[in-house]
Amino acid sequence: MHVIFSLLAVIALIAIAYAGVAGAGMTYLFGVVIPYAAVITFFLGLIIKVLDWGRSAVPFCIPTTCGQQKTLPWIKPNKLDNPTSTGAVLGRMFFEVVTMRSLFRNTKLDFRVHDGRPVIRQGSEKFLWLYAILFHYSFLVVLLWHLRFFMEPVPQLVKVIEALDGFLEFGLPQLLISGVILVAMAGALLDRRIRMPNIRYISLTSDYFPLFLIMGIGITGILMRYFLRVDVEAIKELTMSLATMKPLIPANPIDPLFYAHLFLVSVLFAYFPFSKLMHMPGVFMSPTRNLPSNSREERHINPWNYPVKTHTYDEYEEDFRDLMIEAGLPVVHNPAEEEEAAAQGGEEGAAEGAEPAEAGAPAEEPAEAPEEKKE
Amino acid sequence: MADPTPKPEQIAAVDHKPPAADWMDTKPEFKPGMYLYAVKKESLEGVGQPNPRDWAPTEDDWKLPADWKGIVREGIKERLQRFRSFKIFMDICVRCGACADKCHFFIGSGDPKNMPVLRAELLRSIYRGELKTAGKILGKLAGGRKLTEEVIKEWFYYYFQCTECRRCSVYCPYGIDTAEITIMAREILNLLGCQVDWVGTPVNNCFHTGNHLGLKPHTFKENVEYLLEDIEEYTGVKINPSFNRKGAELLFITPSGDVFADPGIFTFMGYLMLFEHIGLDYTWSTYASEGGNFGFFTSHEMMKRLNAKMYAESKRLGVKWILGGECGHMWRVVTQYMDTMNGPADHLEVPVSPITGTRFQNAASTKMVHISEFTADLIHNNKLKLDPSRNDHIRVTFHDSCNPARGMGMLEEPRYIINNVCNNFFDMPPQTIRENTFCCGGGAGLNAGENMEMRFRGGLPRMNAVQYVKDRHGVNMLACVCAIDRAVFPAHLDYWVGGVANCGVTELVANALIMDGEIPRQYNLRGEEVNDLREEVGLEPIAWPEEPEEEGGEPSEEGGE
Repeated sequence: MHVIFSLLAVIALIAIAYAGVAGAGMTYLFGVVIPYAAVITFFLGLIIKVLDWGRSAVPFCIPTTCGQQKTLPWIKPNKLDNPTSTGAVLGRMFFEVVTMRSLFRNTKLDFRVHDGRPVIRQGSEKFLWLYAILFHYSFLVVLLWHLRFFMEPVPQLVKVIEALDGFLEFGLPQLLISGVILVAMAGALLDRRIRMPNIRYISLTSDYFPLFLIMGIGITGILMRYFLRVDVEAIKELTMSLATMKPLIPANPIDPLFYAHLFLVSVLFAYFPFSKLMHMPGVFMSPTRNLPSNSREERHINPWNYPVKTHTYDEYEEDFRDLMIEAGLPVVHNPAEEEEAAAQGGEEGAAEGAEPAEAGAPAEEPAEAPEEKKE
Repeated sequence: MADPTPKPEQIAAVDHKPPAADWMDTKPEFKPGMYLYAVKKESLEGVGQPNPRDWAPTEDDWKLPADWKGIVREGIKERLQRFRSFKIFMDICVRCGACADKCHFFIGSGDPKNMPVLRAELLRSIYRGELKTAGKILGKLAGGRKLTEEVIKEWFYYYFQCTECRRCSVYCPYGIDTAEITIMAREILNLLGCQVDWVGTPVNNCFHTGNHLGLKPHTFKENVEYLLEDIEEYTGVKINPSFNRKGAELLFITPSGDVFADPGIFTFMGYLMLFEHIGLDYTWSTYASEGGNFGFFTSHEMMKRLNAKMYAESKRLGVKWILGGECGHMWRVVTQYMDTMNGPADHLEVPVSPITGTRFQNAASTKMVHISEFTADLIHNNKLKLDPSRNDHIRVTFHDSCNPARGMGMLEEPRYIINNVCNNFFDMPPQTIRENTFCCGGGAGLNAGENMEMRFRGGLPRMNAVQYVKDRHGVNMLACVCAIDRAVFPAHLDYWVGGVANCGVTELVANALIMDGEIPRQYNLRGEEVNDLREEVGLEPIAWPEEPEEEGGEPSEEGGE
């Protein structure tokens, strides 16, 4: 149900844009109004959400330590996985974000039963990491060379990226491999989600929808570039007008498929701040990763730390004074001794209570109270 | 205990395939052996916790407070503001599933709601369905669902089937930590009085008597005296430690479980011998007689209330710093919470080992040092007279307890110690140790007697790794630095592996210590004859010096007076 719904939603979005432009001629709505609204929603939504996260306190220093701590000078600490300095935390975050290091640790459960005995192994599993890293980097490259539509003249860096992306030197217009990888990896992630029973079980509509959406964006883009050969000049006219804040619909008509592509991108932008796609800024703010593991050396401050009701030593001694005296444990207030001190001068009569407990209490007792605790 | 617990072969046939029905439409079954008993009314009353009452998880009516839905909603909202971890973890999970097969409870049970991602979704779905606009309107389509009593029961079942071990958080690309989510869920359940007895009663005990077991001051002292008698019997060394002594240089705090239960008591004897050996000026406290903190499994507030005794007692006694024993979650609390909650401990000094002069800069603010850090430093500076061959009958592997591993990073110190006091050490496979370590299956307050099946299932991955080194290297001892482990492992080892015992690291140290004035060490701290143990592993017996007076193997019985 989650899958079908998401797929239908993306098809419907394409149809809406197609019909809106080709049928109803609403080019300005789909070419200008919606893209602007989407970009505004994206930035505002993102900023508001991140600020909202930032408003929540970080009361405790709770990094997940994944390596040796810094203790004795002759034991080598693992600075990256158990960082104690800001620099080391930045290093940890850098590799987390740039190489998806934690995901690279991934393993696959291998659970078998031999002669009634379970045999459990953790096998290597790098596909998820591979899909994820290719997916994200191809997305980044696609985004970067799309900058050519929003800049005039096209910056050298964008041209270089584009040239690298077209390294296969195949087809006309030249095949940019990033788009293909993006669609393929979105497909691989989708395939994994649908085919692995446990992953399908945990998946929600909001997991399938962005994948279909991104595949839709990629496929419409590929169709435009390689198959329909849409009017790139006209598109650039429109996108430059958007970028320079002087929106206009070019005189030469653009294929409605372009508007479908643009609409899907707009939906992605607008959807972003309200979805799991917020993992992008979120990863930077995750307290188990971005805090230094130095809470024993430097005190971490909890802004809302409040006093609590405790059971003080005085209350404790009050509860158990007689038992403590009898057991020969030191007490702060010993009524018998105090009495004796008060009545000092006369007899030496030993107060019974203060008798040293060397004699020892019955030996059976210790087990009594906790016995029930032990199964 | 025995009746509802299936045989290992039955448990071993775990099916990891999810059912056809959507998880939102399935309910937990409160099957004997798979859930924990409800907290006793008096235990909640004793520490002023909400909604004390008599109830049971198997009953239909959980007697929730009148406005329970409002309490839950407000409870979630309040925690979203107080904990950025909680807020971010509610928002950013992409359900990639990397965590799914990392949880020992999922591996051992196959129950899909034990996949960390789904355990978190149990709460996330309510966050979306009750607090987020999209979820309120679109419901299931936006991953939201409504709060019902069934949801509370499900939370109780699954959040008390998570040991807060953080293994999933190692693998999560965003570091999402199910422990954080379980902690929040348990706090919220606690607002409704839905606590388990194995947590609630120790908390109440600890608050009033100073330790989870409810050992009163004289009993605590007597238990220690018992152990002293054993030490004298097996080693000939008479030790006379102090209690609640003002002016001692150090205060030593360790989990109370070790003063009471086998095999923790042998570790406790190890502490006594180690400190005697180096002539440490230290004291025990009957008031701060608990290193563990089951408050941590209740709420942040309760953790703070129980933990306060450590600094308070160190101040009252005027010690310089605190030395802490082998315990798992105690060290998570000490490392990541104590100083923040109950510090700054300005009455204490930056820890300096009185024996070696080593300054523990890493503990400059908490002023509390782990016994393994302390011991490793002693060994490194040649301050211990050790004869590792005394442990030659032991083929040992080491279990990294979750909290010292993933909430601290103490990985090398215990291994260094073991390698110096034993000659036969073998690590388990890399995916099951250090930061990848598998939980014992009984942490976070799940070490009760009524949930043995759950425990055995949760302990299976760890036990399987022990089996691996037993098969390959003939391992016969599983060492650890955690009192909960020591309470959990003996049963697990018997159930899953067989022929492997469990001990604390300091027990191994003490057995290798050459004590001043000792008698020939024919017995280990367990009172087992060393030559019997050597024979079991095919080692030559040791020829003990002739004892003219006594004969036979029986250790001499201490006569009355």
